[in-house]
Amino acid sequence: MNEFKVNKTYEQINKKIARGEAVVVTAEEIIDIAQKHGVVEAAKKVDVVTTGTFAPMCSSGAFINIGQFKPLVRTTKTWFNNVSAYSGVAAVDCYLGATQTSDDDPLNKYHPGEFNYGGGHVIQDLVAGRKVEVRAQSYGTDCYPNKKIEKIVTLNDLPNAMLCNPRNAYQNYNCAVNRSDKIKYTYMGTLKSNMGNANYSTSGELSPLFNDPYLKTIGLGTRIFLGGAQGYVTWTGTQHKKDVERSMNGVPTTPSGTLCVMGDLKQMSPEWLVGQSIRGYGCSLSIGLGIPIPILNEEMLKYTAVSDDQIFTQVVDYGYDYPQGVSKSYGQVSYAELKSGSIMIKGKKIPTVPLSSMVKARKIATILKTQIQRSKFFIGQPQHLFC
Amino acid sequence: MYSKIVILHFPPEVAQNALVCQLTKKFDLMFNILSAKISSRKEGYMVLEISSANRSGFNKGVKFLKDQGIKVSSPEHEIFKDEEICTHCGACTAVCPTEALHIQRPEMQVLFDKEKCSVCELCILTCPSRAMGLFSKNTEEVV
Repeated sequence: MNEFKVNKTYEQINKKIARGEAVVVTAEEIIDIAQKHGVVEAAKKVDVVTTGTFAPMCSSGAFINIGQFKPLVRTTKTWFNNVSAYSGVAAVDCYLGATQTSDDDPLNKYHPGEFNYGGGHVIQDLVAGRKVEVRAQSYGTDCYPNKKIEKIVTLNDLPNAMLCNPRNAYQNYNCAVNRSDKIKYTYMGTLKSNMGNANYSTSGELSPLFNDPYLKTIGLGTRIFLGGAQGYVTWTGTQHKKDVERSMNGVPTTPSGTLCVMGDLKQMSPEWLVGQSIRGYGCSLSIGLGIPIPILNEEMLKYTAVSDDQIFTQVVDYGYDYPQGVSKSYGQVSYAELKSGSIMIKGKKIPTVPLSSMVKARKIATILKTQIQRSKFFIGQPQHLFC
Repeated sequence: MYSKIVILHFPPEVAQNALVCQLTKKFDLMFNILSAKISSRKEGYMVLEISSANRSGFNKGVKFLKDQGIKVSSPEHEIFKDEEICTHCGACTAVCPTEALHIQRPEMQVLFDKEKCSVCELCILTCPSRAMGLFSKNTEEVV
């Protein structure tokens, strides 16, 4: 006997999408629907719940093939607009990392550095169709004699470009405060002294991995919204953890799951891949990412109905503790509290600062919903699950 | 409520006088000191946000300051927010001292209230997408 009252398969849901009959709602909309109808009835009605997130995701980048030259070259060093790309792959392949800074950037020599241009900005320039200067070097071989090349290219001129992000869509992340008496410039934004502000980065109830906390439908081959195009989950991301503390609803209360994702950069848009300059820290890339969750049963419906007041994170000190590798929480707060504008820590009211765009996350979930309703986006059945 | 940001330049001979507090005492005005310094030549510089029930109250207060020999001007530059570039992440709200940059809830949209801006320029390099900029404006005569 099946443990669920509602049972749907990927094939059944995709057939409904093909017929234009699938019922699709966003992860915000499903909360009220589940409350009103109960999870079983809601699971019967709804086929797919869409999610979205848009925030700096530093562990991102692109594999780029710059095309061959005459005479032939096997590049050992490559630059895009003076931003260096890893060239330890052959022959004219390289990997451009989002956090790589321009070679002439003064970095933090005058602290806090500005970090105006880096790998993330190159990726945005490429998808925006702008011209980019490519420079490469080699030591020269009998089969690849060319030692130096330079050319101006656009994304169209490049034979291949794949966005390949080793760690995206972090399932929960710290809320950062600064307990020291000096301002701190971190990857979690500017943190004023003596807990002057508390910064957090998530779309909360809209965030993909909060809506499928055990990754029961998200695995290798899951089709996703990535940078404005259709991409795929290709593995767990780096730093992925599944054995973590969880609330009763299964949602982790500390940083946990992550995803490695890929997609064709040529299909993507500068609206959803935005180069970031994080003061005093470095360059990064904000990425628009959304995952449709198939409602296979009432359990999946229950997961997607999670709301901000049921999702918690830890308050971590980036003034002393984090830089020294000290793992300590100064309190557990819900995303409903964080989104309200202030939290109470040790009797002190602290204004909260989001770093993840809810406006963009909502737009991604809505785009995905529309694409599925119009039979333009089908659910990718995972070929391997990580749970 | 009428509110405006003004820049006060105190010549050395009046820099030591208790004048700004008179705005409250004599004219029932509220003020918020956004920036203040005294140079090595004993000249004073202060950026104030003055709030009043109406414009005429504000004008009377500013006239009083001018009559005491203080040079009163408005910021020569303005901050602008490029709506095409802003992603509404909210990072700028960490540093904005006047809450000119603030979040509209529950939409979580980042809004910019130019009237509240003290032109401190902190947002320009804090915005990760570089949506905030500075441009010159025709200096408006105060009063």
